[in-house]
Amino acid sequence: MERTMFFHYRKFKNLFMYGLCMLSVGVALVPLLLIFYHTISLGVSALNVDFFTQLPKPVGESGGGLANAIVGTLILVGLGSIIGLPVGILAGIYLSEFGNNKFAAAVRFMTDVLNGVPSIVTGVVAYTIVVLPMKHFSAYAGGFALGILMIPIVTRTTEEMLKTVPNSYREAALALGIPQWKTTLRIVMPAALGGIVTGVMLAIARAAGETAPLLFTALNNRFWHTSLDQPIASLTVFIYNYGVSPFEDWIAQAWAGALILILLVLLLSIAVRFATRQRY
Amino acid sequence: MVSSSRLELTAEPKIAMQNFGDSLFKYLTTFFAALVLLLIGVMAYEMYATSSLSIEKFGWSFLTSSEWDPVMEQYGALPFIYGTLVSSLLALILALPVGVGIAVFLTELAPPWLERPFSFIVELLAGIPSIVYGLWGFFVMVPWIRSSVEPFLSENFGFIPLFEGAPYGVGMLAAGVILSIMVLPIIASISRDVLNAVPVSQKEAALALGSTRWEATRIAISYSRSGILGATILGLGRALGETMAVTMVIGNRPEIKLSLFEPGYTMASVLANEFTEATSEMYISALIEIALVLFIVAILVNAIARLLVWSFTRTSNVGGRL
Repeated sequence: MERTMFFHYRKFKNLFMYGLCMLSVGVALVPLLLIFYHTISLGVSALNVDFFTQLPKPVGESGGGLANAIVGTLILVGLGSIIGLPVGILAGIYLSEFGNNKFAAAVRFMTDVLNGVPSIVTGVVAYTIVVLPMKHFSAYAGGFALGILMIPIVTRTTEEMLKTVPNSYREAALALGIPQWKTTLRIVMPAALGGIVTGVMLAIARAAGETAPLLFTALNNRFWHTSLDQPIASLTVFIYNYGVSPFEDWIAQAWAGALILILLVLLLSIAVRFATRQRY
Repeated sequence: MVSSSRLELTAEPKIAMQNFGDSLFKYLTTFFAALVLLLIGVMAYEMYATSSLSIEKFGWSFLTSSEWDPVMEQYGALPFIYGTLVSSLLALILALPVGVGIAVFLTELAPPWLERPFSFIVELLAGIPSIVYGLWGFFVMVPWIRSSVEPFLSENFGFIPLFEGAPYGVGMLAAGVILSIMVLPIIASISRDVLNAVPVSQKEAALALGSTRWEATRIAISYSRSGILGATILGLGRALGETMAVTMVIGNRPEIKLSLFEPGYTMASVLANEFTEATSEMYISALIEIALVLFIVAILVNAIARLLVWSFTRTSNVGGRL
């Protein structure tokens, strides 16, 4: 009798625990769906042509847009790419093509650790390296901070993607007498191009969504920037400033900005799926 | 391969040129790889050098003093360290069971075709910018916590000092909840990788001895506990440095209060809020010292987590991209 009781208890526990596991999937999906729902429903109302073409209006006037912030984000990400992409791609090539030693293992490890450094700390470093000597906030400082953030992502994806290229490609090229640098640049790189572009897009998406490292490097600007030497607006910093403001108009525009960022992430995730689909 | 110096003695000029190209290429890429390594050192040195004013004046008491008074030029980081630790731990307590539950669901119960949608959703969740979580937390989650969660907790568990006081909405609890949503993808996806790496023989042996499927799963979980611990610590690393979302929901008050309903402050959010307002050199220097502390903690936490996950799965690409 007691044994069958125990057996039933175990059967029940089995079902119960697996039920909890399924429940946890549901629990995890709820916030995701809610974030999408609220961002879309609250963001759509403020999304119009003005949002993309007009400057922010002063307090009290309704309307206006965030054109300067959208352009600012593009410029900042562009500056970041100038720093982050060459360093990341070349370091990734090293790790994949020459990376069979202790030094490379250390670099690989530190790249992952660098990926975990809080982005606000990167902002502080950009402040000490760029803003302090120049004595004022600038687009350069913001781009520098974003560039550092992009390096680890680009490095690791470049390495992983180059490693998926079969070794026979390299051997065939070397057997034909092609020097190694040419083999890497003209044969291995093109074969892995789709994946590397994916990594670059991931890095760009992450940089475009960053707020913390821009707060005290690029600062903010309610007008068009006149030079890269000056503070520059960005979508994310505007979302923050508008989101915590007491004005309905501004809050609605913050949601619209958030919607744009989410759409960007969504599109890139789909593009990444698509780009890596043929591969595996 | 033949070493380049030996070839140069006999080879035609063109081959020598090619070897020159090869070594140039190798040195160039090595240089950039070294640059990545160097970067961490430069970051640490820069912050150390620019916070020397505060380091010299306050010494170790910076970490143990809870007085943060820019007017009197007294700086102590304890409330921020406390806030960072409590909000991150709260996030882990909430996210770990759910994350492991998802991982078990995916490895044991889900049909294989769920694999793709799952990794898509994880990518999405991990890709949503922190500021969007912050906005959502501020306008949707905080009112919900204020009107439903906190009254419920104080009514039923009010005798526990953790759930004391007026329901503000913003505070440590809100920060913990938003952080738990943000670290969930990391914990779930790495735990899944780790559980997948458990040898099938472990589970087969348990099943052969007459255990239920859940009992076999428990054996797999305990077999992979060091990997799951690594996933958790990696989640901790992300929670510690999270800035915007936390800044918008934690209330930003440099006080140490036991109750989770009370507003707090974290190291990352004090930087976000006060850096541009800091006027005196000592103020800036103290803030940079906070960044340095956060940097060191993040490096240590990440290093430990990576080592744990790596030593478990022994493949370098697990969790590498998150």
